[in-house]
Parts: sequence; C-alpha cells; structure tokens
Amino acid sequence: MPPETAIDGSDLKLEYSRFVGRKLLFLLALVVATVVLAGVSATLGSADLTVAEAYSAVLARFFPNHFHSTWFTETIIWNLRLHRILMALVSGFGLAIAGTIMQGILKNPLASPFTLGIASAAGFGASLAIILGAGFAGGEYLIVGNAFVFALLASIAVYGLSKYRGISSATMILAGIAIMYLFSALTSFLQYVGESDQVHEVVFWMMGSLGRSSWEKVGLVAAVIALSAPYLLLRSWDINAMGAGDEAAKSLGVNVERTRVTSMMLASLITASVICFTGTIGFIGLVAPHITRMVVGGDHRFLLPASGVVGALLLLGADTAARTVFAPVILPVGIMTSFLGVPFFVYLFLKRRKEYW
Amino acid sequence: MVKITIKDLSFSYGSRKILEDLNIVVGDSEVLSLVGPNGSGKTTLIKCIDRILKPKGSILLNGGRDLQSLSRQEVAKYIGYVPQSATGVLTTTVFDTILMGRKPHMGWRVGDDDIDRVVDVMKLLHIEEFALKDFAELSGGQKQRVLIARALCQEPEVLLLDEPTSSLDLKHQLKALETIRSLVKRTKISAVMAIHDLNLAARYSDTLVMLKDGMVHSIGEPVELLTVENIRTIYGVEAVVMRELDRPYVVPIGSLNGCKACE
Repeated sequence: MPPETAIDGSDLKLEYSRFVGRKLLFLLALVVATVVLAGVSATLGSADLTVAEAYSAVLARFFPNHFHSTWFTETIIWNLRLHRILMALVSGFGLAIAGTIMQGILKNPLASPFTLGIASAAGFGASLAIILGAGFAGGEYLIVGNAFVFALLASIAVYGLSKYRGISSATMILAGIAIMYLFSALTSFLQYVGESDQVHEVVFWMMGSLGRSSWEKVGLVAAVIALSAPYLLLRSWDINAMGAGDEAAKSLGVNVERTRVTSMMLASLITASVICFTGTIGFIGLVAPHITRMVVGGDHRFLLPASGVVGALLLLGADTAARTVFAPVILPVGIMTSFLGVPFFVYLFLKRRKEYW
Repeated sequence: MVKITIKDLSFSYGSRKILEDLNIVVGDSEVLSLVGPNGSGKTTLIKCIDRILKPKGSILLNGGRDLQSLSRQEVAKYIGYVPQSATGVLTTTVFDTILMGRKPHMGWRVGDDDIDRVVDVMKLLHIEEFALKDFAELSGGQKQRVLIARALCQEPEVLLLDEPTSSLDLKHQLKALETIRSLVKRTKISAVMAIHDLNLAARYSDTLVMLKDGMVHSIGEPVELLTVENIRTIYGVEAVVMRELDRPYVVPIGSLNGCKACE
C-alpha cells in the first residue's frame, strides 16, 4: 500500500531525530560519568593516589612509551583496585540489564531477580555449600558453583511451572514468587541447623560484596554479558511490542513465547553469573531500570544500554562509598546500594513530571 | 478479485466450540463487517484471521497461500490488526508506537523509509500534533486513532478492526470509518471489522456477515440483511428498519421476552 499523500513532514522528522539525539546524548553522558567515577574510585583507599597517577598506571600497561608509573602505584591499581572497579561495572551493568529485561518482558515494575526467585535460589546454593559443604564444584568454586547452578535451576523451574499453565507474564511471576519462598524457607532451615560462624558467613554472603573479585571472575562475568547482551539488544523491538500486550505483539509479527523464554533465560544467566561471585545485590536490578526509564522512556533500544550504564554507575558509586566512608571498615556493597540509591530513586520518583510506567 | 477466502474455519477453547464451519470470502477493496450479539464469535474470528488464535480450516490469501502456513512475521506483512483497546503497558511516545507497525518490514535499525511512512500515516489520521506525547497520556479516541495508524504502517493488504469505534465520540466514529472506507477504496486493501453498531456497519460496509452462536447466519449487502426478521432472530430485538441516504437504518423498539438471545 503506497503512502497516501505526499506530505512534507520534515518538521516532524526533525523533531523526532532531536528526540532520539537527546537519548543518545544522555547515554554518552552516562558513559563519561562512569569513566570519571572509575578514575576517582581508583584513587580512593588507604594508599593515596591522584586521578592522573591512577590513569597513568592503567595506560602505562598498554602504552609504556607514553605513560609512566611506579611499581607501587601499578601494584595498587592492577592487583587491588582495578579488578574490583571493573567487577562493580560489569556486575552493575549485568544486573541492571537483567532487571530491565525482566520488567519489560513480564510487564511488571516489581520484576527483578529477587521476585523471580533467582537470588533466593543462589542464596540457598551458597548456604548449602557453606553450612553442609555439599555442592556441584570443589575448592574455591564450591560456593560459586552452587550459587550459579541453583540460580539457573530456579529459572528453569519458573519456566517449567509457567509452561504448565501457558507462558504468560502472570504465570511466570506467580511461579517465581513460589520458587522464591521455597528457597527462602530452605535457606532458613539450613541457617537454623547451622553453626553460628557458618550462619554469619551465609548472612555476609547474602549482603553482597565485591571484595571477592579477581581478574578471572571479571573476565567470566564480562564474557557472559558480552555473549548475551547483543541478543537482548537485538530483541528490543520485540520487547517494545510486547509492552503493548501479547496480542498486539503477535499481530506485529513477534514470536511472543520464544522471545519471552529466550530473553528470560539469558537475563537469568546474566544474573546467576553475577551473583554467584558477588552474593545477592538486589537493589540494582530493580531500580536502575526505573531510574533510566524516567529519563529515556520505555524504548528498549535506548533503555537497555542506558539502564546497564546506570546500574554500573550505581554499583561502582556504592562500592566506592562502601569501602571509603567508614574506612578501614568496608561495608557490604548490598547495604550501600540501598543507602545511596533509595533516596536518589525517591527523589526522582517524586519529581517526575509524568507517568513513566 | 478475492482477497481472503475463509474455508471451513472452526475454533474451540477446549471442548467449548466458539466458531463452527465458517465460510466467508472477502473481496479486494471491500469493507466487510461482522455483526452479531455478544459471544457470537466476532472478535474470535478476527483473532483467528490474524493468527493470534490458531483455528482449524484454512484462510487463503489472494486465493493462494494459506495464512496458517506463514511465519508470524510474514502474516504481519499482510494483515494489520487494530485491537478494541490498548491493553498492556505502553511507555513509548505516539511516534514510537506507530513506528512499531514497521516491525515486520525493518530490522533493528530504523530507515528513512520507515520514518517517512510514520509521518505520512500520522498526517493522514491528523495525529501529528501529539507525535511526541506519551501514548498513555492520550484520550481513548486518540489512542484508537494511533492504533489504526500503527496498523496502517504495516502496509497491510487486509486491515482487521475489532470494534474500531467503541471509544470514539460521534464525530470521530464517522471520521474513523470514513478514513477506513476511503483507504480501502483508494488502495485496494480490504477491511474486516467486528462492529456492534448496525447503522454504522450499514453505512460504511459493502458486505455484512451476521454471526450467531459461532456460525454464519447470513451474508450479504446491508440492505438485504438488515431486515426486521433477521434482527429479531439474531438479537432477539423488535426493531423498525427504515431507509436513510440509500442505506438501511435500524431503530430498536424493545427486546423480546423469553427469547434465548435476549438473556
């Protein structure tokens, strides 16, 4: 069917391209803010470094003829701080895009790895390893392996349960809540029978921490995100269409069931790969998408990457505060994400000029 | 030319039959309205044609390919669907909502052609002034026009409309149906709409299909079908049928007591 009328819509097109441009500008500003915060974060700690020293130590590895650094500074940056900073960035990014996908696919503002039982199952897996010493892997990967496997088992169980009654957003959320309560009860049982030092370790694990990071772990989490995120980004239009309802999405050519299952599985995989190393950091996956949605709207082509960077920024900011505010005491990052993020979220929520959900 | 041939189409929810052995032909440039009481299967038939539901039987496009053998994306290139109301959560702008109609034709990247098409359709339906407003902020009538625009953006050969006038005021009811009819006549697409208002159906349709209990009761031109007898049988309503502007005009008088259809 040809266009009906030859209308000069240049004003409208210009207005729309400016509208898109503003979103891209916001994304760019977020990336710049993240790079700056990473630089500042690298200077903070018991050894005082300047931002220039921190960046020089990083760049000296890649361009030794142009940048110079001392052995001491390089050791502090590369062996202690940089992998922790990058772990905060990739974990925050991963948790935020997983939350964005879950909220978008399930059309529910409360959807997150917590509501779907994934974090709860990971917590049970870790508890099993800590209290009973039982698990799917050995050595240093006992806790990590258990948390990962149980997180994935939870998402498979959610899928299986909801498939039984037809995969809709409502059935997935209900199945997720059932799984969450099941694993919470199992974890409580283990805590009840565990020794006090074991229970203490479980509680500490569940508060979330980036203190266990290493280059190897950063690499693993980054690899999972690098493999999953492009697919999710490619599905942006499908997820946008599903926001208009399943029937509308089907009539626009979207394979709703397949998109829902594959996207949810990948979001679960990302979540599992993050929280098995960091413990349960709940706030980022729930709130980073909301904060971003208030600014860029519901178009997942922009929402997904922007939300990821907001998550990275939030988690890095929270971790930086967690290890510096009460230094030398380092707080679990899970506590600090809520302390910093909740007031910011409430401020944005109260100041919002229009409904965003 | 025949646009769509519905052959022996049946649909059930479990053991409950909703549609039974429907045979309907929709021609090129034809506006066909499905009329009948609540529960007669109008909306279900619309959803079956768009493959939102999977019926038994076949739906042939242009006398050839069965829509049921095509992928969902292929179907979306031929069929545009305008739901009765916007359900779900929409946090996108009007422009982006209409742009979604280009989904069957475009990849991830939005091309200039896609943007041009959106602009053309917005101008056509006079909705360009709220292009960058959030869809959720619109009135019911404005939303309806945006949903029609989204379907037109698909460049469909067949437009399916489920109660397209249900949330429109009198002026916009007429405007929407005038637009649809004029589009159909100028561009050789066809429209199938489920509609309750018999007078609007009579005025803007070439053909009426009267459905009763999931079966076709009668098919024909409005002037043939809108008779006192048919209205009594289908709706259980006593009515007077007059003629205005060369079209039949139904004035309901009262429901018939004791008839099954009135309950």
